[in-house]
Amino acid sequence: MILPWITATIILVALVVYAILGGADFGGGVWDLLASGPRARRQRELIAEAIAPVWEANHVWLIVVIVLLFTCFPLAFSVISIALHVPLALMLLGIVMRAAAFVFRHYDVAGDPVQRRWGQIFAWSSIITPLFLGICVGAVSLGSIRIEDEVVLTGYFGPWLRPFPVTVGVFTLALFAFLAAAYLTRETSDPELQEDFRSRALMAQLWVAVLALLAAFANRADAAAVQLLRGVWPWIFVVLAIALGVAVTYALFRRRYKWARVLAASEVATIVIGWGAAMVPYMVAPDLTLQEAAAPPHVHLLILIVLFVGAFTLVPSLLWLYRIFKREPIFEPVERERARP
Amino acid sequence: MDDVLFARLQIAFSLGFHIIFASISIAMPLLMVFAERLWMRTGDREYHELTKAWAKGTAILVAIGAASGTVLSFELGLLFPTFMRHAGPVISMPFSMEGFAFFAEAIFLGIYLYAWNRISPPMHLWAGVTVAVGAAFSAIFVVTANAWMNHPRGFRIAEDGTFTDIRPIAAMLNPYAVHEIAHMLVAAYLATGILVAAVHAFILLRHPQSTIHRKAFGLAMAMTIPMAILQPVVGDFAARRVARFQPLKFAAMEGQFRTETHAPLRFGGIPDPEAMETRWAVEIPGFLSFLGFGRASAEVKGLEEWPREDWPHPVIVHLGFQIMVICGLILLAVALWAFFHWLFRGRRLPDSRAFLWATVLSGPLGMLAIEAGWTVTEVGRQPWVIYEVMRTQESATPMPGMIAPFLVTLVVYLGLSAAVILVMYRQIRIGPGRPAPGLVATAEGRAR
Repeated sequence: MILPWITATIILVALVVYAILGGADFGGGVWDLLASGPRARRQRELIAEAIAPVWEANHVWLIVVIVLLFTCFPLAFSVISIALHVPLALMLLGIVMRAAAFVFRHYDVAGDPVQRRWGQIFAWSSIITPLFLGICVGAVSLGSIRIEDEVVLTGYFGPWLRPFPVTVGVFTLALFAFLAAAYLTRETSDPELQEDFRSRALMAQLWVAVLALLAAFANRADAAAVQLLRGVWPWIFVVLAIALGVAVTYALFRRRYKWARVLAASEVATIVIGWGAAMVPYMVAPDLTLQEAAAPPHVHLLILIVLFVGAFTLVPSLLWLYRIFKREPIFEPVERERARP
Repeated sequence: MDDVLFARLQIAFSLGFHIIFASISIAMPLLMVFAERLWMRTGDREYHELTKAWAKGTAILVAIGAASGTVLSFELGLLFPTFMRHAGPVISMPFSMEGFAFFAEAIFLGIYLYAWNRISPPMHLWAGVTVAVGAAFSAIFVVTANAWMNHPRGFRIAEDGTFTDIRPIAAMLNPYAVHEIAHMLVAAYLATGILVAAVHAFILLRHPQSTIHRKAFGLAMAMTIPMAILQPVVGDFAARRVARFQPLKFAAMEGQFRTETHAPLRFGGIPDPEAMETRWAVEIPGFLSFLGFGRASAEVKGLEEWPREDWPHPVIVHLGFQIMVICGLILLAVALWAFFHWLFRGRRLPDSRAFLWATVLSGPLGMLAIEAGWTVTEVGRQPWVIYEVMRTQESATPMPGMIAPFLVTLVVYLGLSAAVILVMYRQIRIGPGRPAPGLVATAEGRAR
């Protein structure tokens, strides 16, 4: 049956888009927390302004992933919901608090102390969400969730509270932070802010590389491990991701921010697609394959028709949104009132 | 058993929280767009300021609605995985379409809020219209999924208990959805309209000369009055549909224990399941038979027709229904007062202190009616998650200790409610026309 493979590919694409758009919004929260130096306030303002018009639209991609999962692969959805109840609930906590704190900070009229409090909640919840998203991704790939006759056997903490999923969680966080920093160099025409985020992007890229290595070791060392790097395909994506990583580093080094933005998004997309390729043929490794989890084929066909028709309204709208807000850097440099020492 | 109860309480509480923001997300963009259109037509700066002020409120409330809606789509699986495992493909059509409606809402809200000086005025207005339409369609699709739970169709149950012969289109084109959608949409416009009118009426009581608040009050009432008059008609239609499709729920709503002809309509009263009667109700003889089935001599089936283990909680359902009806009637009275004043006193809304106070006091009643009405729908469907197909008990997660996530949900949402009220209070206190800090660069009005 080919249809479930097509819908599964679309789910993966939606996840890629969520990572390169929504992921960067969460990464912005990381840099909000770590804002430092004489321009800390300006850094936070840039982040807020970059996120504000697009974060709600970016967030919808996660809804698309979840809706396609429960309509097309209902068994996978129910198994994941049971086995990963705790990390998913914590991820949701992050999603709700991030959204609320962001709008409250943006619109609340009170003075600085209140703004700072909302700002801190915004930043911390931006960290919680990618961390637990990564943990869930790690847990479904590792083989630590065991299923028999549609019943989850492995409990509610064991499958995810172990080295590999946690490493993937931290890796996801670093990846989103890297993405945000790379994008932010292009969101402003202020050279000092560009420098700030250039160095942050380079640093984060290093973290991404280290954590990827750690995750590979954790995968090998785990007793439950389904080896993710088996066969040829995953390695092709590994090589491609490394090549793109080198290219981003070079572009950032040479201050080619336009290129850095495109390459950083490609690197993240390659990593997520590579994960998808490594998961084949599983939905929840190793007991639930994509075919076993799939709804009847005609349901997939109907969903594909809806998606096809819907795309005609969605794509132009999205293009318009990004044309308005992301074509040119819009965060202007300010007159500096005090001379730096 | 307790774990299932806590799962039910958690989703009830999550829905009860979400629905307030969802309703406001449906109606508030419409008000905002009306104000903007009036500004474009009259050039009156006050309408411009009003549009901005309402847009700020919309931005805050829609964000909370979007986040709490995401929580719900996950909670369906986290709390009732067996339900989603079987229902997911059957109700796939409305849910997948809802994604696009939600996209439209989110994309064009971003454009509406932040592109004031980057796109032409008509395009900006259209962005706002798209937000309003997208939100309404979101509601239509989600309520369609709920209608399926109340009137399941488009599948068969195989011998091993799985769902076969799945027909998602038939599940979506559900006769039960018609009244649910109509009742919900009107409720959203009505509840938001009266809430907004109440806020501006409250300010007018203190500052009777404020022209901008008079305009705001007028616009909000212009949405409230027709909806308040329409809602009893739609509600009557909905009740007749429930009487036809879910006679058991109808009996519970009306506190009807015995099957009888010439059944009376009861106002108030407390159902007593042991004595099988509803005490202390004001009864209009024969009127329930008439409302439900068109003739006073029609037979209305009582709860006694069904085994006790299939009953919904008779007290909660009856009282929820009474609260909803009473709120609706009070809102109708306020609307008729305004309407007749408008009709006979030179096309002007009443602005006496008595009327303003009546509006202020009715402000929360629309939302209260929505909460009570959904309690009737959802508790009235129990003990089934899919009516007469799957019991809520069988569909819940096997996870123990469900009190913990319930308590976390409770604390987070209560905290958020307090925060929203505080933030909105501050917004309203500074009033329209003053920019919020942190928003200055992008939200400056376009030059005219």
